[in-house]
Amino acid sequence: MRIHETAVNTAVLLALLSVPAFAWWTDEPFTITLATRAAVLALAAVGLNILLGIGGLVSFGHAVFFGLGGYAMAILAFHAQNYTELNLGIGVIDGTNSMPVIWLVAIIVSAITACLIGLLSLRTSGVYFIMITLAFGQMFYYFAISWSTYGGEDGVSIYVRNQFPGLNTLDPIQFFLLCFGLLCFTLFVTARVQRSAFGVALNATRQSRARAEAVGLRPVRLQLVAFALSGAITGLAGALFADLNRFVSPSMFSWQLSGELIVLVIIGGVGRLIGPVIGACVFVALEHLLGGLTEYWHIALGAILLGIVLFGRGGVLGLLTGQDGARV
Amino acid sequence: MSTILIIEQILNGLQLGIMLFLMAAGLTLIFGVMGLINLAHGSLYMVGAFAASTVANLTGSFLAALVAALTAAAFAGALVETLIIRRLYRAPHLDQVLATFALILIFSEGTRLVFGSFPLYLDIPSALAGPITLPGGIAYSKYRLALIVIGLVVALGLWCLIERTRLGTQIRAGENDREMIAALGVDISKLYTIVFALGAALAGLAGALVGAIQSVQVGMGEPVLILAFVVIVIGGIGSIRGAFVGALLVGLTDTLGGVFLPELFALFLEPGAAQRTGSALASMSIYILMGAVLVWRPSGLFGARA
Repeated sequence: MRIHETAVNTAVLLALLSVPAFAWWTDEPFTITLATRAAVLALAAVGLNILLGIGGLVSFGHAVFFGLGGYAMAILAFHAQNYTELNLGIGVIDGTNSMPVIWLVAIIVSAITACLIGLLSLRTSGVYFIMITLAFGQMFYYFAISWSTYGGEDGVSIYVRNQFPGLNTLDPIQFFLLCFGLLCFTLFVTARVQRSAFGVALNATRQSRARAEAVGLRPVRLQLVAFALSGAITGLAGALFADLNRFVSPSMFSWQLSGELIVLVIIGGVGRLIGPVIGACVFVALEHLLGGLTEYWHIALGAILLGIVLFGRGGVLGLLTGQDGARV
Repeated sequence: MSTILIIEQILNGLQLGIMLFLMAAGLTLIFGVMGLINLAHGSLYMVGAFAASTVANLTGSFLAALVAALTAAAFAGALVETLIIRRLYRAPHLDQVLATFALILIFSEGTRLVFGSFPLYLDIPSALAGPITLPGGIAYSKYRLALIVIGLVVALGLWCLIERTRLGTQIRAGENDREMIAALGVDISKLYTIVFALGAALAGLAGALVGAIQSVQVGMGEPVLILAFVVIVIGGIGSIRGAFVGALLVGLTDTLGGVFLPELFALFLEPGAAQRTGSALASMSIYILMGAVLVWRPSGLFGARA
């Protein structure tokens, strides 16, 4: 089965690479943008999958980290574009339009926030955990709306995409390759984490908390680390998403987005390495194809989702490999 | 800052709290009896509001509109329970979340398809329009006062239903031990449908009542749903008493925070900064309250110790 799954993984990544490559050849920048959107959403869902698939924790508030990454980018780039200083309270810094710096800030801010939310929400489990993560998501959403310095409800526009050394990020294919590269790197790291002592222990905690405790593991500490790692990856995706649209708004924090991230993971296959990538590609394709037919395409999405939940656990990967996904 | 303003805001907070209770009571009842987390509860709130608005425009009677809201929401609840929700009681929470999230998508877009994207309006009945003068010379909206009274009456009725009737005994028994009550000959699947429809009717009633002071539109239910989750987390899942106390706490914190926090910051910040900091903090106040309760009592104020 291992070989089979590796083959599927490679095929999916090659497929995601070949679509924009073909579009670049035939000069269709919009298709490249769609593929970039799929890659970035996939990255966000890969982050969620660590918590949901390996850790078994249903976070309905992952938009928090997506939004934080987005706003980290927007705030830094906003000050760089207006040549104003950013007052942090403890000191004053300049904005920046360098992607690596923005990514680092997005990752650190998301990881710290994930630790704080995790400390509170991991005091509980099950349904409480779902409701609390949802509530914290809403807290950030309303905070962003009332934060008038950065556009409040209207959000912030950034006029020029941020810079990456040696690349022209305004060229769609180069920006796609950047996002795709980050996605592959993150998948590689996730695969290593999954097989590491930490990953195995986390998996054990999901399957049986009592037994994991009995052999001397500390479930809450493992889950907290998973939460931080998961939040950091989704935060990075948020920064890329903001750069893709050159725009952020409070909707990046919305509960719908949290729900959609879970949907991406489920469509692909929970707890499978490549599951979120398949989910994101299917989602973006559906959004584009059905969205072109009718503006009410969410009805179809809802029906598909109901079908997966009621009849087919394991998502697309479950169909392909004949295995169910992780039990959560 | 006058006493009149304070009393007015406390009444507003009570009104919000009572309406949240109608939502939270249904959610917590459904969770307590069937162990189901129902994200689509906000959709039933919306169904109630749309039904009320449609009937009010056809007949001109607010009472008929309320009856329509109760009936439509209860019917929609019973239908969804029989077709879909019933299959989810034994499923993991993730499946429940996903399936009810899918239901939100279907309900919201379905409503948009039928009624369009523009908000509908529901007029306050003329008998309750305008202000009433309370003892002490405080002028307060008659309708909002009526909402508080209706909510309290429904809360009392719910308490009587659960503590004093045969159905209530079955519901409480269902919370304690599902297998045993089924073994005693109670038709458990009928009981589940009734409980779900009851919760739905409460949500629909809240939707119709609030619809008259806000606009009736697609997506109106979800912000209320998430507030109701905060209420339940604070009060303790499965406890109706907890839902009542939690709802009042959340309603008062949200309303009073929005008014008084900017004033509080104005004491030591310049006006613009005070307004910004105050309103930003106010928007977070109920979540801070929730965090504090979680640190103090992880299973809520009235929750069973996990």
